[in-house]
Amino acid sequence: MLFLKEFAKAGWPAKIGMAVILVYLFCAIFAPLIAPYAETEVIITSPWVSAEESGTLLGLDQLGRDLWTRVLYGARNTITIAIVITLLAFFIGMAAGFFAAVVGGLTDQLLSRIVDIIMAFPTLFFALIVLSILGTSVPVLIVVIAILDSTRVFRISRALAMDISVMDYVEVAKLRGEGLWWIMRREVLPNALTPLIAEFGLRFCFVFLFISALSFLGLGIQPPAADWGSMVRENAAAITYGIMTPLVPALAIAILTIAVNLVVDWFLRKTSGLRDEV
Amino acid sequence: MRSKRDVGAGERLLTMRGLRIDGFTDDRWLPIVKGVDLHLDRGEVLGLIGESGAGKSTIGIAAMGYARPGCRISGGEIDFDGIQILGAAPAELRAVRGARIAYVAQSAAASFNPAHRLIDQYAETPVQHGILSYPEAAANAKDIYRRLDLPNPDQIGFRYPHQVSGGQLQRAMVAMAMSCKPDLIVFDEPTTALDVTTQIEVLAAIKDIVRQFNTAAIYITHDLAVVAQLADRIMVLRHGLTVEEGGARAMLAAPKEEYTRKLLAVRTFTKAAADESESATVLEVDNVWARYGGTDAGVNVLEEVSLKVGRKTTVAIVGESGSGKSTLARAITGLLPPFEGRVLFNGRELPASCRRRNKNLLRHLQMIYQMPDVALNPRQKIRDVIGRPLSFYFGMHGAERAARVRELLEMIELSDDFKDRYPPELSGGQKQRVCIARALAARPELIICDEVTSALDQLVAEEILKLLHRLQEELGITYLFITHDLATVKAIADEIVVMLQGRIVEHGKKEEVLTPPHHEYTDLLLSSVPEMDPDWLDNLLQKRRAA
Amino acid sequence: MGLLQLVAKRLGFGLLALFVITVLISLGVEVLPGDLAQSILGQSAAPDTVAALRRELGLDRPLHVRYGEWLFNFLQGDMGTSLANKREISELIGQRLLDTLFLAVAAAVVAVPLALALGVLAALYRETLFDKTISMVTLGFISLPEFLIGYILVALFAVQVNWFPAISNITPDMPFLSQLYASALPVAALTFVVVAHMMRMTRAAIVNLMQSPFIEMAQLKGIAAARIIVHHALPNALSPIINVIVLNLAYLVVGVVVIEVVFVYPGLGQLMVDSVRVRDLPVVQACVLIFGATYILLNLTADILSIIGNPRLRHPK
Repeated sequence: MLFLKEFAKAGWPAKIGMAVILVYLFCAIFAPLIAPYAETEVIITSPWVSAEESGTLLGLDQLGRDLWTRVLYGARNTITIAIVITLLAFFIGMAAGFFAAVVGGLTDQLLSRIVDIIMAFPTLFFALIVLSILGTSVPVLIVVIAILDSTRVFRISRALAMDISVMDYVEVAKLRGEGLWWIMRREVLPNALTPLIAEFGLRFCFVFLFISALSFLGLGIQPPAADWGSMVRENAAAITYGIMTPLVPALAIAILTIAVNLVVDWFLRKTSGLRDEV
Repeated sequence: MRSKRDVGAGERLLTMRGLRIDGFTDDRWLPIVKGVDLHLDRGEVLGLIGESGAGKSTIGIAAMGYARPGCRISGGEIDFDGIQILGAAPAELRAVRGARIAYVAQSAAASFNPAHRLIDQYAETPVQHGILSYPEAAANAKDIYRRLDLPNPDQIGFRYPHQVSGGQLQRAMVAMAMSCKPDLIVFDEPTTALDVTTQIEVLAAIKDIVRQFNTAAIYITHDLAVVAQLADRIMVLRHGLTVEEGGARAMLAAPKEEYTRKLLAVRTFTKAAADESESATVLEVDNVWARYGGTDAGVNVLEEVSLKVGRKTTVAIVGESGSGKSTLARAITGLLPPFEGRVLFNGRELPASCRRRNKNLLRHLQMIYQMPDVALNPRQKIRDVIGRPLSFYFGMHGAERAARVRELLEMIELSDDFKDRYPPELSGGQKQRVCIARALAARPELIICDEVTSALDQLVAEEILKLLHRLQEELGITYLFITHDLATVKAIADEIVVMLQGRIVEHGKKEEVLTPPHHEYTDLLLSSVPEMDPDWLDNLLQKRRAA
Repeated sequence: MGLLQLVAKRLGFGLLALFVITVLISLGVEVLPGDLAQSILGQSAAPDTVAALRRELGLDRPLHVRYGEWLFNFLQGDMGTSLANKREISELIGQRLLDTLFLAVAAAVVAVPLALALGVLAALYRETLFDKTISMVTLGFISLPEFLIGYILVALFAVQVNWFPAISNITPDMPFLSQLYASALPVAALTFVVVAHMMRMTRAAIVNLMQSPFIEMAQLKGIAAARIIVHHALPNALSPIINVIVLNLAYLVVGVVVIEVVFVYPGLGQLMVDSVRVRDLPVVQACVLIFGATYILLNLTADILSIIGNPRLRHPK
């Protein structure tokens, strides 16, 4: 509740951002109820029929399906996958990062070097290699991107835990005789939470853009599932005919990432001001 | 009272009238300095003294027309030798800064540009102001370095800042301030970060150079004894307002205001001598050797350290930074297991590493730290901070635990409603009290106090010392008191252990150690602690030169 | 640690990463359920076609032999042949690599000075309208998917006003200026992608620096603003700024892949994406190694330059 009270005092960019995020979540959850047609329903078998002609909001896509319906379902598919990947990446990265920092020694060295090697190489190329070996499917996408992204989370969690574990209050706990688990849960985690929440927002944006890019390249979520990145690719040819509707899913991506960034920005500014209430 | 120098006396150099400065916090401008009047004559040294948050640094640099980011000068008038500083054109201000008013900061290590040699940074001011050519300035630099007693004055300027030690760098910054022979220098806590023996060198250098060139100075510090050595006049500030102002000697002899009296009295608390009866030994350190980085590599930080601590006594371990005194605490607590020697508690040998000590052993040995900010988890309520040892060691829960927390808060003189607050909402002194309560919650026999007062303002520090003393009387706790501050030692210790480079150089009852003859190093240490007497520095330097 | 040791350590990690990638690929192929040949051709493929592909891929021989042979050939410049069209990979890659480099270099030439200038200006005039506007705009650009930037440029400059071609048909025999004209939009898109990041990082580095006590000291010495920037800030900003530049050039290497697809630019990125789609593993591997090596080399350069730019490391005690 404190969060709500603090948020009421936030500036308009953060409030707009939050509103946008809520609208997106609403669309993602209730897509089947809001959408006028079914996800893959073909209305007229002709590409890019305009809005007036087809009587729809945004017109039809390259196969004659309703674009607005596809955008709504796209929200559902793309956002869900991005959230699942980010959660998984945080789960892996935080567990490994805290563990490495608190245990130290050889374990830390080993984990850190593995992460160094993965991070010495751009995520996209790693992903492309794995996808060309395993082929593209949603479970593969989720696992591969989550593992690659967890390296970033690992670095941050480890650094945070390192900073916190040199604090005197952690030494106090050690001298009191507290166990590792208690120290991680009660001394380290609460103090690492704020930066990690902000990082979650940023990582979500990255994952979201990354999946969209992969889908755009034709290597992400596969048809006929609606997905914003693939929609842009499939309909890109229309742009050269002067039809701008394919830009709608791309804009949808952009607006969500901007919104998340605005909220994260507010959150960071709020919490770096030594206000320890949230 | 006659001024220490009368050259040029009487000619007004700087006048501030009704100075107001705001700081930006929590999205609002709040006043930091609330209407301060100040004046300074040519060649005069004014001491600005106050605790943290008094606004003294802000006033000091405002004399140069400068406000730090997040601050703004919101009102008043500053007249420097006929120039209206507030509202002056940028070019006009620039002509004053460095050339006529110079600044000496607290941390020379941060204030020197790491990319340039010392001598180039010295020469920059006069060359840029068109006062001297580079060769002239460089020649001057060497002269000033010599006057400030810097080693190898002809060469030292060609070093980079990170290649020079802290005390020398601080003197090099004083030299840099002198490069244009300014009318006024603002000294902003220039010795606060230094060890006492180094502080003396810098103080002597400042006093010397200010006298030689008849430079006026504003000397900002929280330490009345330091300012007593330099200032002709002293201004006491509190919460952005002037408390009292007057001639240095007059004020030290007869302070008018209650607050000033308190500041002056700050180092007078002394605990009564412990009863002579030999008490049982609680802690014994027996020939301990320790080093960082394993047994094979690294340099010893502790060598051949042995000492005994008797029940209900306070043993103070004194030394400067790098003497190994904090390492000794880590060796005793088992955070840094010694590679040789034993630590005995009530006659039983303790396992070297704290990980191998059982709950009961850990409970009896508690620790209080220097920085209460980082010794308390900012995300735990005070009730949990104090309550955790209660449930951990004694299995207390619910009402029983709550009652004990209330009792402990009472002991440290905090009201019961503190239990629901978080540490960031507390002041430094209150946080340190909570740390004490947390240590007491374990019902320990021995508490190791590691520089517990050095991060606090002097008045607050004194209160903490009194509290610790009272608790010892009431509960019979034994203290091992680690500090670099001899005033603290005089106040609270029964026995003193002096450490230097990882070894104990002197050890004995307080009266024995404090009365001559001392060990050579103890003597240096003791004689370097500034006293309220304005002639102390001059006398000391004379004595040292004679020796 | 000495300069040489630091560099050697970084280089070692880079090479190790490349090595690990190649090993991972070999292992990945090995542990695949069924095998690669089956998986590429699909379940319905005739057994003798699968067997033929398996022979072609060398799957009938032990893993370490295959790997050793591949590594040996690769180090001599023989990258093998494509599965899709049986052509020599080195032949396939040659011209495309040059085209991709052309695109990346052109974008860097525009982006670096632009980003540095904007970043420094925003830092010097921070909290002004200029700074806030720039900060909002670049935040927007960072949030945009690269392909959206590409298509917006197409929509504006190739469809609304027909100034530039929407598709970059460049061929080796085209004159330089025509090549430049044909790739104007991809260069612009890539520039936008990189400038936003680079500008924000530059601003952050400078703001951070301008808050150091030694800058305050210079101001209190009465030094002119221009000299403070050139003489006091710049020597210390060098190493963070170089780091920003090189990191973003490395980022550009990644961005180039998407932008090439948007503009159907005949570069290495396009080839790589197509090869992943048909699972032409040898080609993907070769492309990834080339891109990866470039990326690692750039990061290494950043490390070395920032060490050289740090006065504390340049003048040891």
